[in-house]
Amino acid sequence: MDIYEKIRPKFWDTDSGTGPGKNLFNYRRIWRIAIVILAVVALVPLMVMACIDYNVTQRSLESENLLRTARTTSNTRRTVAYFLEERTNALDFIAQHQGLSTLRQSQTLKRVFASLKNSFGGFVDIGIIDSQGRQVAYIGPHDFLGIDYSGQEWFTGTMERGTYTSDVFLGFRDEPHLVVARRVRDEKTGEDFVLRATLDTGKFNAILSSIDLPGGGDAFVVDTQGVIQTPSREHGDVFSKVDLFLPTYSERTSVNQILAKDGTDYTVGYAYVRGTPFIVLIVKKTATLMEPLETIRMELLWILVSSIIVILLVIVGVATYMVNKIYIADQTRARTLHRMEHTNRMASIGRLAAGVAHEINNPLSIINEKAGLIKDLFVFKKEYAHDDRLLSNIQSILDSVTRCGKITKRLLSFARHIDVEQDSIEFKDLADEVVDFLRKEAEYRSITITMDIPENLPPFVSDRGKLQQIFLNLINNAFQAMNDGGQLYIAARKITENRLIFSVDDDGCGIPEADMKRIFDPFFSTKKKRGGTGLGLSITYGLVQELGGTMAVESEVGKGTVFTIIMPLQGPHKA
Amino acid sequence: MKVLLVDDEVELVSAMAERLGFRDIDADWTDNGEEALKMAASTEYAVAVLDMKMPKMSGLDLMELLAKDHPTMKYVFLSGHGSETDFKAGCAAGCSYLIKPIQIEDLVAKIQEAQG
Repeated sequence: MDIYEKIRPKFWDTDSGTGPGKNLFNYRRIWRIAIVILAVVALVPLMVMACIDYNVTQRSLESENLLRTARTTSNTRRTVAYFLEERTNALDFIAQHQGLSTLRQSQTLKRVFASLKNSFGGFVDIGIIDSQGRQVAYIGPHDFLGIDYSGQEWFTGTMERGTYTSDVFLGFRDEPHLVVARRVRDEKTGEDFVLRATLDTGKFNAILSSIDLPGGGDAFVVDTQGVIQTPSREHGDVFSKVDLFLPTYSERTSVNQILAKDGTDYTVGYAYVRGTPFIVLIVKKTATLMEPLETIRMELLWILVSSIIVILLVIVGVATYMVNKIYIADQTRARTLHRMEHTNRMASIGRLAAGVAHEINNPLSIINEKAGLIKDLFVFKKEYAHDDRLLSNIQSILDSVTRCGKITKRLLSFARHIDVEQDSIEFKDLADEVVDFLRKEAEYRSITITMDIPENLPPFVSDRGKLQQIFLNLINNAFQAMNDGGQLYIAARKITENRLIFSVDDDGCGIPEADMKRIFDPFFSTKKKRGGTGLGLSITYGLVQELGGTMAVESEVGKGTVFTIIMPLQGPHKA
Repeated sequence: MKVLLVDDEVELVSAMAERLGFRDIDADWTDNGEEALKMAASTEYAVAVLDMKMPKMSGLDLMELLAKDHPTMKYVFLSGHGSETDFKAGCAAGCSYLIKPIQIEDLVAKIQEAQG
């Protein structure tokens, strides 16, 4: 709680108050609005930028993944194609170089097979099949001489097309193998034979398994029916049907994103190996491929969150600082205004004191003269005791002293520091008191003051000093507006159960329409050159509001002005 | 020698008149300008002692009116107000000026001085 006390800004606990300036001094509201506006302006572009950045990164990562998969697929296709082509070309070479009749000799075939195994590798066996499908020569681990292949698909395919690469199949030997075959014509007899070699699937598989796939994934070969030819890690065993959708034949490598049956998203690269029934598949889990995005996203989120926190902290700090400054400025302004009000009041009191001094001087002169006369009587007449004249003179001295006393008391009641002091006030007494101060001036200037105040007006509770100042200001203003011999009319009425209305009505110069709106503004004065501060009416207005009353003015140039004040019988309760 | 005292305070002016009487100065008094004009018309006064501030007609106004009919009359002004403007106006008129409350001896001296 101590820390909270320390960081809590000064304006936090201020009462926004009531009245027309309510929003002007609601510092928490200003603070909130500042924070919201700054936050929106700062954070919205930041978030938009973050979203755009995220999307761009995602898109570029996706396209990069597709490209990379396509490249791997193409390379693999090339490797597979080259592997098979190399071996079929070797067969071609042997057939052309040795001639079929030479090859049919078991010794020759054996030698050729041995050099094939040594130089190329991957060969399991080699055989020659005559046009009837009968194997007429064979070198290999099995005893396949004389076997009839006439019903086999690869045999008919080779006889028709001249060259053939088979699927991986089990065949007679009951183990997966693949076959490359060549149709060879015997130059002497003109008869067609098929030169056939079996390739080791292990070697073939090794090509695929040796491919380095970043982030895991599968590289394997299927045939055009989708039957898996080489071992795959996740997409089924050899000879089972692959669980992925196969696209139609295309010369080019294609990469698709495929949703598998189990709901996993795969990025799959396809490449048809020309001249063979093989399709090379590179299968990667899209999620794995997109893993870098996760890192980027975390980084982005981290930066975003820390930026937001920093921005919010700065905004809150700056807003607090600024609103605090405004609050302090307002406080200073209020203090200054209050000081001016006080100065103005002091000036009023000073003027009053001067007036009062004048008023006191007259009775003092009388005291002086009367006392002097008594002295003279003693000096010149030599008679004292039981002298009625002496007594009446003494009486007149006493009367004059009483008059002095009264005036002094009134002066004091005015000069008294005007605190919030609730007093039960008879308006008649108050008006008399105020008017008495100005009665002499009124007499000198032949201004007639008419008071229309009913005797049965209820007393009201308010601040006497403030009320005195209000009326003194109003009557002073009226005097300044009036010519000598004017009429001032002061009236009071009860308008409702708990409100009184007072009016001060002069027949002076009046207020022009243009000035009407500004007369209650501080520092507005039409007589600045004559020493007016322009604070009189503004302070009067402030005082009326302070006492819970309202003030209105009606004026006509050349005819006069009426100030009307409506005052509650019960003043505002102050805590 | 006749002296005219004009002041709106009856008590003041009557006592003052009486005290001047003790000092062999024959003083008449009144508390307003109109009455003073009437009295001046019927009696020849050498010096008029006037209060500066009086209702309706101020001391200076009264002096101007009196001066028209009685060019030789001298004036002494009394004021309860220490105002500088009043002092200047009083002095400009070439007369004596006293601030209340006054010492009777000072007044007698001023009257004699004014009379020459």
